[in-house]
Amino acid sequence: MTVKQYKQILSKPLLEENPITLQILGICSALAVTSNLLVTLVMCVALTSVVSFSNLFISIIRNYIPSSVRIIVQMTIIASLVIVVDELLKAYDYETSKKLSVFVGLIITNCIVMGRAEAFAMKEKPFVSFLDGLGNGLGYSIILIAVAVVRELFGSGTLMGYEILPLVSNGGWYPANNLLLLPPSSFILIGLMIWGIRAYKKDQIEPNEYKLSRHATAPDLSKKELNV
Amino acid sequence: MNDSVIKTLAVSFLVCLFCSLVVSYAAVSLRDMQNLNKLNDQRIKILKTAAIYSPDESIESQFARLTPKFVNFSTGDLLDEYGDYDINTYDPVYFSKQPEHSSPIPASEDIAIVKNKENIGKIYLLTDSSQNLEKVILPIRGYGLWGTLFGYIAIDKDLNTIRGLEFYAHKETPGLGAEVDNPKWKSLWDGKSIYKDGEVEIEVIKGKVDPSNQMASYQVDGLSGATLTSRGVTNMLIFWFGKSGYKETLKNINYDS
Repeated sequence: MTVKQYKQILSKPLLEENPITLQILGICSALAVTSNLLVTLVMCVALTSVVSFSNLFISIIRNYIPSSVRIIVQMTIIASLVIVVDELLKAYDYETSKKLSVFVGLIITNCIVMGRAEAFAMKEKPFVSFLDGLGNGLGYSIILIAVAVVRELFGSGTLMGYEILPLVSNGGWYPANNLLLLPPSSFILIGLMIWGIRAYKKDQIEPNEYKLSRHATAPDLSKKELNV
Repeated sequence: MNDSVIKTLAVSFLVCLFCSLVVSYAAVSLRDMQNLNKLNDQRIKILKTAAIYSPDESIESQFARLTPKFVNFSTGDLLDEYGDYDINTYDPVYFSKQPEHSSPIPASEDIAIVKNKENIGKIYLLTDSSQNLEKVILPIRGYGLWGTLFGYIAIDKDLNTIRGLEFYAHKETPGLGAEVDNPKWKSLWDGKSIYKDGEVEIEVIKGKVDPSNQMASYQVDGLSGATLTSRGVTNMLIFWFGKSGYKETLKNINYDS
């Protein structure tokens, strides 16, 4: 493979094939951990390292994995990596790990990790798989960071804990938008992002799965077909 | 052939073996550091509650200023020893979940939804250099909106004036109930009184406290948008300073000093 192709594998998931905005994967943690930018960054690092290394290790042993147990073998590797990441966080960044609580463990169930393992790492060589994981992790990170910046800045007037917009409740002028502190606000933000990206990249728009049929005419009650 | 039974078993076994080795190595080699983090996290909260925390000094030496004591909730006695348990590592919250070391609280008294209370609690006394009592730091807990809030409250040597309040674990909504961690709100507690004629009167009210109100020193501003969390904090204080909490113990401390 040429350097250009490597670059493409790394950069495609950033915008064009972003796991969140195109494939709508990994939404759960995007809602849960984005109310504070610092926590979001740690989560992004955790997920990116898990998806890169799970891709790498799965790709190394891909030719030996029996297809009948492949999912569970992938899960074993992913789960082990997640536990290691969780343990490292608890040892080196206890404060953030407390805030992330269960969401680090839930990386195991993040569809991006499993999806890349099954769709890419099972077929490709280790190095490209690693790059693919890295790219997808970064694609996930870009969206999460964007959501977190909006949520923390306009929800609590701070960024990384530093005050940017002084809140009314602390004697400043900015009335905080409490909606942004609640997880559903990420739905709205991600929805707006998807709209923006698809307005710019029209090829991402999915065709309708069904066609609306014309309205049926109202039943004629004068006929005796309706014996209810 | 990848799909033969032998190969399936062998690959599964090897993957599991390798992964379990990696996981157990990580868990065992990092355990000391994790336990230290957990312990220090608690200690920092206690020091912050007592308002003597400084980030530059070692936590160990700062913590040495505090004297832990066991509390017998049924008699209110302060104890230096309880069975074979080491007072430095004794964790009241853990013992509140052990049936033989705790007792369920009757529903009619359990306003803070604590459910089970340990028989023997643990408090900290802060003394000055000549062993005079300065502050008492008491662990408290109670239900907010989403879960139990765990924290510490510091009271002055008059055993009635609050000097600090900190929560080390809670599940309240960020920006609303989680404002219990807001330094500005926490600073409102300093100087508030708990008991009036032997009754617990301290309360988190709705809205702002009117300073001209004669009850103002028993009232703290509510957290806007977090009525249930505010009510939870009030209930928690009523419970822990009531007769099933530290009320008798505080009388004994008074007597001792």
